[in-house]
Amino acid sequence: MTPFENSKSSKKSSGRGEPMVWFTGMWLSFGMLMIIVLLSIIVKNGFSTFWPSPVLQIELVEGSEAGLRGSSKLAGDIRKEQIRTTASETGEAVPEIQLFIGNREAYNTGFRFVMESDIKSRDFPEGIMRAERLEYGDMIGYPARLELADGSTIKSTDDSFASTLHDIVKEGNKRRHEIEHIEKDQIGAINRSMESIKMKRRGWESEEDIPEKTQKEMEEKQAELQADYEELASEAKTLRELQSANTLHYLLPTDGERSVPTGSIVDYYYPNQLNLFQRTLRFFKRVGSFVKEDPREANTEGGIFPAIFGTFVMTLLMSVAVVPFGVLAAIYLREYAKQGPIVRSVRIAVNNLAGVPSIVFGVFGLGFFVYFMGGSIDSLFFSERLPTPTFGTGGVIWASLTLALMTVPVVIVSTEEALVAVPRGVREASLAAGASKWQTIQRIVLPASLPGIITGLILAMARGAGEVAPLMLVGVVKLAPTLPLDTIAPFIHLERKFMHLGFHIYDLGFQSPDSEAAKPMVFATTLLLIGLVIALNAFAIIIRERLRRKYKTSAF
Amino acid sequence: MTNTTAENTTEEAVETAPTTPEGAKLDYIKVEDFSFNYTPEVRVLDKITMDIPEKQVTSFIGPSGCGKTTLLRNFNRMNDLIPGITHEGTIHIDGQEIFDKKLEVISLRKRIRMIFQKANPFPKSIYENVVYSLRVAGRNNKALLDEVVETSLRGAALWDEVKDRLHDSALGLSGGQMQRLSIAHAIANQPEVLLMDEPCSALDPIATAKIEELICKLKNKFTVIIVTHNMQQATRVSDQTAYFYLGKMIEMNATQEIFRNPSCEETERYISGKFG
Ligand SMILES: Nc1ncnc2c1ncn2[C@@H]1O[C@H](COP(=O)(O)OP(=O)(O)OP(=O)(O)O)[C@@H](O)[C@H]1O
Ligand SMILES: [Mg+2]
Repeated sequence: MTPFENSKSSKKSSGRGEPMVWFTGMWLSFGMLMIIVLLSIIVKNGFSTFWPSPVLQIELVEGSEAGLRGSSKLAGDIRKEQIRTTASETGEAVPEIQLFIGNREAYNTGFRFVMESDIKSRDFPEGIMRAERLEYGDMIGYPARLELADGSTIKSTDDSFASTLHDIVKEGNKRRHEIEHIEKDQIGAINRSMESIKMKRRGWESEEDIPEKTQKEMEEKQAELQADYEELASEAKTLRELQSANTLHYLLPTDGERSVPTGSIVDYYYPNQLNLFQRTLRFFKRVGSFVKEDPREANTEGGIFPAIFGTFVMTLLMSVAVVPFGVLAAIYLREYAKQGPIVRSVRIAVNNLAGVPSIVFGVFGLGFFVYFMGGSIDSLFFSERLPTPTFGTGGVIWASLTLALMTVPVVIVSTEEALVAVPRGVREASLAAGASKWQTIQRIVLPASLPGIITGLILAMARGAGEVAPLMLVGVVKLAPTLPLDTIAPFIHLERKFMHLGFHIYDLGFQSPDSEAAKPMVFATTLLLIGLVIALNAFAIIIRERLRRKYKTSAF
Repeated sequence: MTNTTAENTTEEAVETAPTTPEGAKLDYIKVEDFSFNYTPEVRVLDKITMDIPEKQVTSFIGPSGCGKTTLLRNFNRMNDLIPGITHEGTIHIDGQEIFDKKLEVISLRKRIRMIFQKANPFPKSIYENVVYSLRVAGRNNKALLDEVVETSLRGAALWDEVKDRLHDSALGLSGGQMQRLSIAHAIANQPEVLLMDEPCSALDPIATAKIEELICKLKNKFTVIIVTHNMQQATRVSDQTAYFYLGKMIEMNATQEIFRNPSCEETERYISGKFG
């Protein structure tokens, strides 16, 4: 037999299993396909949120239902093109487009469906401007003139219009940050000092018990703080007034003139004048501000930084809690406990714990962590603040612990597997060297099973970071005024409520008044959550691979 | 010149009767009526009685499964780790009963070091492998450790090969080097007894020769017990030889005696290769 024939016959024999190969392969590709479709929908929608598409202006045929405010014109960027089957008996298929028309304060709606048959003409006017505002979402319109504080007016046709508008908006943004700084940081600090004095007062049984000197000191201090506060408040007020001193007047694409104080314009651009490069730049700028900024207008505008940060901090805290907990439990179960029916049933119970619905953990977290543990901490250490709870209400620490409890079975199971995989020979060699059992575990067994432990952590993080239901009970909020980590001592505020990407998605998509307007944000947030989970996992995987290389088991 | 003659005389002396260094005990390890079971049904060691002399090399030979490893593992109580074991009789090492409840197993294992059949270096650097027994004993003085690493590796005839890569992973060593590393690791913390379970079973002739040479050197300092399936090796390295068969110790004598004229027929058949 020639080698050629040989290979042919071997091919034939392996071909016997071929139907199963196809069958099993089919299911894998089916699964992969679903995942790819899901991911591409998220990626496409998530990214298109930030793409500055051109603004279409259409002229409607007379009597079209799509018209607004009696005008025959409509402008906006195309969000969707679809074919709708009408509800009538004939069930005609009607092609239509959905426009994002902005100017919510004028139109009371952000979107408009227009049937193709209603469109008389379309064009992309050069001069149309789109501005991101602090209120009422985006403005889409034609700039007319700037009315400045000193009473002068600059027409949009004037040469100085572009540069003046640019400077004013830039200045306004700067001032807004200043106001934020004053109100959030400086006034916040004063409030904290006030609060601490109030607490100090409450420390005494009654007002009369307070020594005269202290009483006087505290009063002086309070007066001082009050004065500081008034000064800052008036400063903020002046700045606020300046913010609305200049106004931009513009014409709506439909009809009429409107105005907006320049101080509430975050950013503006002419969508039909951009070339591809400028568009791309603007795209990245918007992605950047989405990631960096705080949310506005019931979370439907602005960025989601607090949610990213909250998710990140919570996941890290969860990891910090779940690893020692799970690893120690697994060590006892595998290394010290006498293997027998009891240990077996404990193991089964632990495995089944992974199947308990997460909301049940949420309920447990609320009852045990928040009310019992938090309540006890409050009555022991923060009794002067009661009845306002400090730890006795949802907070990032309780959320992390609840998720840690929920994911601990994953860590226990994978740690146990890793411990079992450490060869007996290495353990014996260590014991024979005069090491105690714990020394052996600590110096030999644990390092060798670290990659396996990290695998468990990865699985735990993937499950924990995306969880929403239990968090709603133990500390997630729609809008948190402060971050769980900041520059104010003690820097980590474990008791604070926090925002979370998963909850943010739920809140935007299903709780906001205008869910259509929030849809792009839902996709963008989803994309970010996936990105965050992938990033955390990638980080853990890199560490694991490093360790694997370091502790790879002997080839001998 | 004088050196050579001196060596010759020693060798001749070995030929006739095993020399015992001044003051060395002949019953350093004293096994009396020792029986051992893994499970209640099967008796793996049956009433073993033997004396193992100090600072000599004693080899255990016998067919596979006769209990050599089991006995060896009893000397440093490695069998404690196996659940369900039972034993009778006593083993004294240097006059001390090793199954004494008051005896600390850890300190026993420090004195009676075992080198396993399969080298199992720790996933650490060569350096850390050698000093492991010192580290677990809480001795972390850098200067001391450095010194121990060098003397132990020299003692195990490995120094020249690894001196430039002490901080590389021990897992990168060859099989023979790993075996010598485990010897270095075993002699690092000044043990009294070295238990070697088929230390050369996975090695080529050159590495085997190196280790045999090493064993001959080590016996000046330590009491060595070696399990081997290689009759030539037993004759080459050991002073005493014990033959085991089916859990019993059939015969023990000076190596030359056993191989020249064994008193039992079974021993003769085994060492002449007629069975096993
Ligand atoms: N952990 C154990 N549990 C139960 N039985 C065991 C165990 N270890 C060894 N045995 C049994 O004890 C007997 C003696 O084994 P031992 O390993 O001492 O033999 P050995 O003489 O070292 O053999 P070899 O030359 O093949 O290494 C064998 O029958 C073996 O099956
Ligand atoms: Mg053996």
